[in-house]
Amino acid sequence: MSNAIQDAAPTQAPPRRDSLSHRRMPRWAPAGFAAVSIALGVGIGTATGLESRIQWGLIAAAFFVVISYAATSAVENRRQAKDRLATSVVWVCFVLAVVPLLSLVWVTVSRGIKVLDGYFLTHSMAGVPGFEPGGGVYHALIGTLEQVGLATLVSAPIGLLTAVYLVEYGKGSLAKAVTFFVDVMTGIPSIVAGLFILSIMLIAGLAPSGLMGALALAILMIPVVVRSTEEMLKLVPNELREAALALGVPKWRVILKVVIPTAVGGITTGVMLAIARIAGETAPIMLLVFGSQLINTNPFEGAQSSLPFYIWEQYRVGNEASYDRAWAAALVLIAFVMILNLVARGIARWKAPKTGR
Amino acid sequence: MAITTDNNAPAPPVAERASTSTGRAGDKIFLGLSRGSGILLLVIMASIAVFLTYRASLALSQNEGNFLTTFDWNPAGDPPVFGIAVLLFGTIVSSVIAMVIAVPIAVGIALFISHYAPRRLAAPLAYVVDLLAAVPSIIYGIWGALFLVPYLEGLNLWLDQFLGWTYIFEKTQVGVARSLFTVGILLAIMILPIVTSVSREVFLQVPRMNEEAALALGATRWEVIRLSVLPFGRSGVISASMLGLGRALGETMAVATVLSPSFVISLHLLDPGGGTFAQNIAAKFDEATELGRDALIASGLVLFVLTLLVNGAARLIIARRKEYSGANA
Repeated sequence: MSNAIQDAAPTQAPPRRDSLSHRRMPRWAPAGFAAVSIALGVGIGTATGLESRIQWGLIAAAFFVVISYAATSAVENRRQAKDRLATSVVWVCFVLAVVPLLSLVWVTVSRGIKVLDGYFLTHSMAGVPGFEPGGGVYHALIGTLEQVGLATLVSAPIGLLTAVYLVEYGKGSLAKAVTFFVDVMTGIPSIVAGLFILSIMLIAGLAPSGLMGALALAILMIPVVVRSTEEMLKLVPNELREAALALGVPKWRVILKVVIPTAVGGITTGVMLAIARIAGETAPIMLLVFGSQLINTNPFEGAQSSLPFYIWEQYRVGNEASYDRAWAAALVLIAFVMILNLVARGIARWKAPKTGR
Repeated sequence: MAITTDNNAPAPPVAERASTSTGRAGDKIFLGLSRGSGILLLVIMASIAVFLTYRASLALSQNEGNFLTTFDWNPAGDPPVFGIAVLLFGTIVSSVIAMVIAVPIAVGIALFISHYAPRRLAAPLAYVVDLLAAVPSIIYGIWGALFLVPYLEGLNLWLDQFLGWTYIFEKTQVGVARSLFTVGILLAIMILPIVTSVSREVFLQVPRMNEEAALALGATRWEVIRLSVLPFGRSGVISASMLGLGRALGETMAVATVLSPSFVISLHLLDPGGGTFAQNIAAKFDEATELGRDALIASGLVLFVLTLLVNGAARLIIARRKEYSGANA
C-alpha cells in the first residue's frame, strides 16, 4: 500500500476518465446554453421572417436540447450527457407549459381590466344591444351565486354522509361499489350531467330554471366532495376514535363530535374547491337555465344567467364591445374561483392535521 | 383503517342503560343516513343511464339514417336523419392529439417540480399548477379562439411545409386554424394542470430509500428517475392520463368556441371542420326541436358510455398495479 503511493510520480497524473475527478461542465453551462439557443431562435426567426413567436420558441427549445446533449457528451461522458439531455428536456417541458398558461392569465387580466368597473358589476344587460358597449354582469353574478349555493346545499350533506359511510362504516360490496362509482362519477362530463337533468325535465314537463342548473351542478360536485372528505377523514388518527369509543361514547357521537371536528378544516377546503370547480361550468347552465339578459333573483322560476354562460353569450355576439364584456366577465370569474381556491388552501394549511410529509 | 367496536363490552351500569340505548338508536339513524346517501349515489348513476337511454330510444326509433354511420345531423328534417360517425371520430382524434401532447409534457413538469426545480421554486410552482387546474373551461375557450388560433397560423404553415407528406399534416383548405389539431392543442393545455398535479403527487411518494440507494450506487439524476421514480409512478401517471383523457373527451365549451364545425371526416388534421359530441350538443341545442333534443341526448349517451369505459379502465389498471407496486399509498 504505502509502497504504491511512494512509487507514484510526485507530479499530478492527468485525471482519469470516469473517476470522481473527471472533467465537468461549469455550473453556469445550462444558463449559457439557454442564452445561446434563445439567441439562435430569435436570430433564425428574424432572418427567415417567421412571424409567429411560437416557431421562434420551438427552434430555441430544439437548439437548447441538442446543444446541451452535444456539449456534455463532448466534455463529459455519455451517461452524464444522457442525464443532461433529460434535464434539458424537463426544463423545456416546463417552459413550454408555463408560457401558454401565463399568457392565458395575462390576456384575461389585461383585456378584462378595460371594462371592469363598479358599473359593470352592478348593472345587467337589460336594454343593451349586444353590439354596443355598456351593460354589465350583475344578473349573471346573482345567477352564479344562487345556482352554486343551491348546488352546495344539495351536494355537501350527501357528499359528507357518503364519505362518512365509506370511511367509518364501509365494508363489503356496497362500499366497494360506492367507491368505484364515485371515481367514475368524477369523470362524468358536465354536459352529460346537463342532459340527464334535461331528460328528467322533458319527461316531467318542467321549465328551465336556476334550480335545474343547480341540480346538474350538484351531480358534478358530489363526487369531488366525497373524495376530498374521504381523504380528510382517513387522516384522523385512529387513537382519537378509540379513545372516545373506550369512554363508551356511541359511534355516531364519536363521528359527529370527534372525527368531523378534527377534519373540519380539510372538509371545508374540499367543499370550497368543489364550489370553485362547478362555478365555471357552462354546459349544464346552457341546457337547463337558458340564459337571460335581465335580473332574476328567483332561482326556482324563470330563466337566469350565470357568469360562464354570460361569457359564452358575449363571445357568440362576436364584436369588440361584446368581446370586452366577455373578457371582463372572465376576469370576474377567475377572480371568484381563485379567491375561493386561495381561501380554501389557506384553511387547509391552517387547520391541517399534522402528517409525516 | 378498521375500527373495532366491541359491542359486547362489559355490561354498563344499570343506571346508564337508558342513555346508552338512545345512543344505539342514534347509531342506527346515522348509519341509515350515511348508507342511504351512498345508495343515493348509486341510484343517481343508474338513473343517468336509464333516463338517457329512454330518451335516446325515443329519438332512435324515429331516425331514418344509421345512427352509427350517417354523416349528417338533421333530426328536424323530413325524414329525420342523424348519426354520430363524425362526432365519434372528432372526439377521439382531438382527445388523442391532446394526450400525445399533454402526457409527456405533464410528466416532464411533474418531474421538474418534484426533482429538478430549485427547492424554493418547487412549492410555489406546485401551487400555481393547482390553481391553473381551477381555471374554468370557458375561459380556456375564449382564450383559444381569440388568442391561440391566430398564433397557430405559423405553426400550421410549418407543419404543412415540412410534414405535409405524412398526409395528416397536409393542409388542403385555406382558412383560419379552427381545426381539430388546434382543438387538440387547446385540450392539451387544459388537461396539463390536472395530469401534472396527480403525477407530481405520485412522484413525491416514491420512497426516499429507493432514490438514495440508486444515488449511492453512483447513478446520475436521470438514472435515479428511470430506475426508481418512473417505475414507481407508472400507475399514477396512467391514472392521471386517464383522468385527463376523460376531461378531454367531455370538454364542451373550449371545443365549441374554437372549432368551426362541419359534418365531414377528414384525416387532414389542419383543415377546419369535424366535430365532437359535446361541441355538437352545445351548437345544436338552441335550435333543436323535441326530437332534436332527444337526438342530442342519444349522442350524449354515447359520450357517457365512452367516458365511463375510460374511467372504469383507469380505475381497474390502478387497482391491479397497486397490488404489485408495493406501495401502500
